[in-house]
Amino acid sequence: MSSDVVLEARGLTRRFTGVLALSGVDFRLLKGEVHALMGQNGAGKSTLIKVLTGVYPADAGELTLNGEAIHPGSPAAAQRLGISTVYQEVNLCPNLSVAENIFAGRYPRKRAAGLWRIDWSRMQVDARALLARLNLDIDVTRLLASYPVAVQQMVAIARALSVEAKVLILDEPTSSLDEQEVERLFTVLRQLRGEGMAILFVTHFFEQMYAISDRITVLRNGELVGEYLKAELPPAALITAMVGRELSAAAGRNEHANAATGPALLEARGFGRRGQLNPVDVSLRRGEVVGVGGLLGSGRTELARLLFGLDRSDSGELHVAGERVRFDNPAQAIRHGLGMCPEERKFDGIVAELSVRENIALALQARLGIWKYLSPTRQKEIADRFVKALGIKTADIDTPIALLSGGNQQKVVLARWLATEPRLLILDEPTRGIDVAAKQEIMNEILSLARGGLAVLFISSEMDEVVRVSDRIVVMRDRSKVGELPGNSSEQAVYHLIAAGT
Amino acid sequence: MTMQALMRHRLLWPFATLVLLLAVNAVFNPGFWQLQWRDGHLYGSVIDILNRAAPLALVALGMTLVIATRGIDISVGAVVAIAAAVAALMIGGELVVKGGVQTHVSRFPMSVAILAALLVAAGCGLWNGLLVAKVGMQPIIATLILMVAGRGIAQLLTGGQIITVYYAPFFFLGNGFLLGLPFAVFIAAAVWVVLHLLMTRTALGLFIQAIGINPAAARLAGLHERLITICVYTFCGLAAGVAGLVISSNVKSADGNNAGMLMELDAILAVTLGGTALTGGRFSLAGSVLGALIIQTLTSTIYSIGVPPEINMVVKAAVVFVVMLMQSAEFRAAVRGWVVRPAAGGAR
Repeated sequence: MSSDVVLEARGLTRRFTGVLALSGVDFRLLKGEVHALMGQNGAGKSTLIKVLTGVYPADAGELTLNGEAIHPGSPAAAQRLGISTVYQEVNLCPNLSVAENIFAGRYPRKRAAGLWRIDWSRMQVDARALLARLNLDIDVTRLLASYPVAVQQMVAIARALSVEAKVLILDEPTSSLDEQEVERLFTVLRQLRGEGMAILFVTHFFEQMYAISDRITVLRNGELVGEYLKAELPPAALITAMVGRELSAAAGRNEHANAATGPALLEARGFGRRGQLNPVDVSLRRGEVVGVGGLLGSGRTELARLLFGLDRSDSGELHVAGERVRFDNPAQAIRHGLGMCPEERKFDGIVAELSVRENIALALQARLGIWKYLSPTRQKEIADRFVKALGIKTADIDTPIALLSGGNQQKVVLARWLATEPRLLILDEPTRGIDVAAKQEIMNEILSLARGGLAVLFISSEMDEVVRVSDRIVVMRDRSKVGELPGNSSEQAVYHLIAAGT
Repeated sequence: MTMQALMRHRLLWPFATLVLLLAVNAVFNPGFWQLQWRDGHLYGSVIDILNRAAPLALVALGMTLVIATRGIDISVGAVVAIAAAVAALMIGGELVVKGGVQTHVSRFPMSVAILAALLVAAGCGLWNGLLVAKVGMQPIIATLILMVAGRGIAQLLTGGQIITVYYAPFFFLGNGFLLGLPFAVFIAAAVWVVLHLLMTRTALGLFIQAIGINPAAARLAGLHERLITICVYTFCGLAAGVAGLVISSNVKSADGNNAGMLMELDAILAVTLGGTALTGGRFSLAGSVLGALIIQTLTSTIYSIGVPPEINMVVKAAVVFVVMLMQSAEFRAAVRGWVVRPAAGGAR
């Protein structure tokens, strides 16, 4: 077996300002396998990947590739050795063409008129060939930004494949893909596996992990929990391995099925915007959790943006607490008691260099205006309260939010809105890229807020979450609402409705 | 404050630079620190530096806020010229001898002229703000328009001439003394204090930082990010206008062609020397004032130690280059690496 080991790490240790991010971790990756790396946020997955790919040097331990010791000093060095990585956030240049992105830094050259010139035509041909391997046929001369994220992800993989890779590392490659796209990616991965590529795959999605991987390595608190064959580790055992304790199931909706009665808090009728969302009817009552089910591109996020005034509607009407309103910017929506946790936490949510305290106070302060200033002392009181209530893990409240893990950043954004005492919260993918335990905590928090009378519009691409927490489910497809289902419907019922709407 | 906190304080390096420059001056020019009390005024090199740094500090304060919102305003030099031209034109002034008594007469009341100049300057800033926040232009391009056009406007106003002001009360702004110190220093200090209070006693500082760090998130959190951006540019124009008044009062004239020439670059330099990153977000008003003082001290130093005029720009550039390097934590770490060689085979 040992001859099949492509990449092996022994006793990897990495410390960040005194914190052990990796502590004596052993890891091996075999030829022709898809190996899943699992663990909660902060378990050390990212650090391990970054050590493997030369972003950080290891403080101790050794790395071997095909039996030879390697010391990649940079991602470029790792790539030359044959270790290619596709990161969670697409690390490409949106203002370059697809072909340029694939070959950035390694443009093919040709000799013409005595000079070395870039061989554009060869670059395009090669780019098309690489993408064809991924079953993607697109115009490679167009700007990357003109394609959806899913395509950009494929381009990132094509770029990783373009360098004779022996090892392909995928860090959360599916977090912005819809189901068909995931399936397409998996087809590609299976094909690569068949060709003998060693693939390391990091994901938060259990189903996908079980669908594609052969073996699983679990990390917890920077330490190796174990390496398992997929068959050895059913989901319950995996969660236990990741969390280190048994997880209680999320509080079910049944507890709270009686809450949502009375007049609508928010009511949208024929509400839409050309090219973004076909007119929809949506209503929410106090204490009600309304889930939005639908695939990527079904208009879920567009609905949230319109309701919150991020984009302007051009049809229909909107009523909040019986009053006809029109939101031209989020500030107006906030004044009517709305709040929104956006889909792209990093780009629309956190203010990276500001402290946890300032991030929590921001929306409340915006609502109070410039003159009614919350003094740092007052901000601290508010922040302390929510850090405690939501279990936000941070060294202290003056730590810049960028230093927190994804789950804790999301809790801060949630706290920012709770501080404004909203009547209605729009949560767009609040649990994306967050580990299981934090997910559970956030879901439980949402449910208990709803019990307290908050109306919640819950958008998630994880259908099991949607059916578990919602009182009602608005089902969307192709930028339209195709129907509504009661909260205790099965996932299959939702998918059925999506499919039936054709 | 502990020693460690002091070493990490963001104003440490600008402050150290200023102290070093002052020390160099004291060595080359023994009379540097001498102050003289004459006619109820303080005179001396240090006072002179303070007085001359005041207009730059004013412009740099406005620039700081613009840079904090991720922007830049390269039109401030032109706005200085416009404000100076408006004030000089409206005041003009002549010496009239009435019944054997000399009196100064201005074309418009001085307060009206000053107000008009400030309004025009604020209007220039508003224009920049609208281009950036409403039209969505890149700040450097948006303000480039006024940088070029503004100087043309100033020259149109002055008819291509240098307009001389003969109305003595106007000279107080740039030449007068209050409590023994130049009046311009009080103007700059007052603007600084007001800004400081706005940033620490109201939410404005938090808002400006949030907008500079992540405008999309700031908007989503309910900030009127466009309005605030427009206000910041307007204030930057206004501050440049005040500087223009001080400068024209100081030289008792307005020169559409040269007033405020290259001042935008000095202002950006002052902001940067003060430790505010051009990428926006966290900013330091005190740092920018220190930066303005560093630049003015450097200029005075170059003259006082007798650097030949033809190479003084090069010397200035070299000093700025070294100061910028010293402020970079990465560079300091690298220098430490060269000086203190890690022991071979040392601890892992």
